[in-house]
Amino acid sequence: MVMTAKPVECGPVEEISLPSSMVVAPSAPLPKVVFGARDVSVYYGDFRAVRDVNVDVYEHQITAFIGPSGCGKTTVLRCFNRMNDLIDAARVEGSVTYGGVDLYHRDVNPVEVRRRIGMVFQKPNPFPKSIYENVAYGPKVAGIKGNMDDIVEKALRSAGLWDEVKSRLKVSGMSLSGGQQQRLCIARAIATEPEVLLMDEPCSALDPIATARIEDLMQQIKNEFTIVIVTHNMQQAARVSDRTAFFTTEVNSESDTRTGLLVEVDETDKIFSKPSDERTENYVTGRFG
Amino acid sequence: MTMVYAAPAADLPAPTPRQLAAPAGVGDKIFTRVTLLTGLIVLGVMAAVGLFLSIEASQALRSTGTSFLTTSEWFPDRNQFGIAAVLTGTVAIAVVAVGIALPLSMGTALFITQVAPPKLRSTLVSLVDLMAAVPSVLYGLWGLFFFQGQVIGVSRWISTWFSWIPIFRVTGAEPGSPLSNQTVFTASAFIAGVVVSLMVMPIQCSIMREVFSQVPIGEREGAYALGATRWGMIRIVALPFGRGGIIGGTMLGLGRALGETIAVLLIISPRFDINFHILEAGGNSVSTLIALRYKEATGFGLSALMAAGLALFALTLVVNFTASAFVARSRSGASSEA
Repeated sequence: MVMTAKPVECGPVEEISLPSSMVVAPSAPLPKVVFGARDVSVYYGDFRAVRDVNVDVYEHQITAFIGPSGCGKTTVLRCFNRMNDLIDAARVEGSVTYGGVDLYHRDVNPVEVRRRIGMVFQKPNPFPKSIYENVAYGPKVAGIKGNMDDIVEKALRSAGLWDEVKSRLKVSGMSLSGGQQQRLCIARAIATEPEVLLMDEPCSALDPIATARIEDLMQQIKNEFTIVIVTHNMQQAARVSDRTAFFTTEVNSESDTRTGLLVEVDETDKIFSKPSDERTENYVTGRFG
Repeated sequence: MTMVYAAPAADLPAPTPRQLAAPAGVGDKIFTRVTLLTGLIVLGVMAAVGLFLSIEASQALRSTGTSFLTTSEWFPDRNQFGIAAVLTGTVAIAVVAVGIALPLSMGTALFITQVAPPKLRSTLVSLVDLMAAVPSVLYGLWGLFFFQGQVIGVSRWISTWFSWIPIFRVTGAEPGSPLSNQTVFTASAFIAGVVVSLMVMPIQCSIMREVFSQVPIGEREGAYALGATRWGMIRIVALPFGRGGIIGGTMLGLGRALGETIAVLLIISPRFDINFHILEAGGNSVSTLIALRYKEATGFGLSALMAAGLALFALTLVVNFTASAFVARSRSGASSEA
């Protein structure tokens, strides 16, 4: 099991040492690596939720994490901005680097990490405050200087929400529709000018129209941000992402629990057309999960 | 697509509006009636108390008229009595109590729900609940024989440095002089208020704890994900979500502080003038007055005490209705839809 999962992508990120099968467009220079996960395992107490994850996330690309429920894609995503720290008894092993810096080094302040790496959650979670305050909060705590009105307007415009809310910025963020709330949360996340946006199933609570808007939005902001998206929806991964990582679960025989693992990560086209691993093929063709 | 709807026959009776309500089952009927009954009993008791007080008080109120609200003395036999002093005294004690209990209970509730590790959490919860279970006479005794001696230093300090604020002025105390007589500070509304604050704190704390523990995890994580510190998260998420509970709990505590009798009775030395100098010896409250005087009261004197009681009843009602109005208003915007 381990061996089939590993060779796909676990080597160092330099061009030279990549397996030749990985280099899809040899002429184009590989983009900069933003996140590098090496042998990452996450435990909740004694329970190992996900094991041995090796994945690189490249700058200005959309990387999608797909896989069946419980395969640990959200858990891995939450390693990238140290959200797992907030859960008692959660433990991360292996190394996660961000721009070459070890995110779990003891000198790294998780609060600082989260200011640089934005996150959008599955369920829209605006604060019980006005639309304006929702967006202005992040820049305020991050100590961003500048005209707050302009910052708020820019973020709301980027999130494609400005025209719908510009006349009622003082209204509670919770009075918006689900799709609007999620775009407000995206605006809130990008107002702090993060380098990366982590999106944890951002469309699972939305209808198809709102989903399409968010997907368009992701394409528009991809030039400014690096995006990692967790999705249940394979079509969504195929539509929006540049690279796709496929996770699956294995049953631990003695404890009857499930541990997630990364099967392979590759160009999205390749994952959906001719994946290297049989399990990926079974999943994307709908024979499993 | 091929379905054909039958045209209504001409001789059908005119359609009546469709009945949407399903017939209630036996269990539902019993439940509805029992809950209705209990609700009515509560309302009835409140109405009965108000009515009883009004009837009993009417004799005294008729004889004094509006001077009942403006007179400070309490000489029912000379027909010279009013609630000006006792009511302001009541409010002074209650305000001091809530002023101290509010930060104390909010801090405790936030610590229990947001900061404390799970083990400590349950211990603290039971400790605070225990505080609520201590009879108020014990608080009174403790306040009178132990706590008062400790608080006088605080009273002196406040009066020394803040006597330029009128309510902290103490006649008879020489600011800064350690030799000034201790007794000018004893038995004051401030000390009574501090003791009462310990009694209202647990109820405020448990209400706030309840609302803070219901702060949705999604919103909390949303704040953390933006780089909020724990305090930042509390400010942007927990406090707005808990606003209704904070106001409601405070008002409930205020209601209890207004009516607290025995501890105030033990500590305070009664005086019958309007006294806003809360650090100064002596004060009064409506409930203390009633408790002190009802035994020796004549028929008319009793009616006068009932009138004072009616005033307290009305004040408490106003406080509680204001509280529920606040809670209802803030709930609409602050709570999250599922």
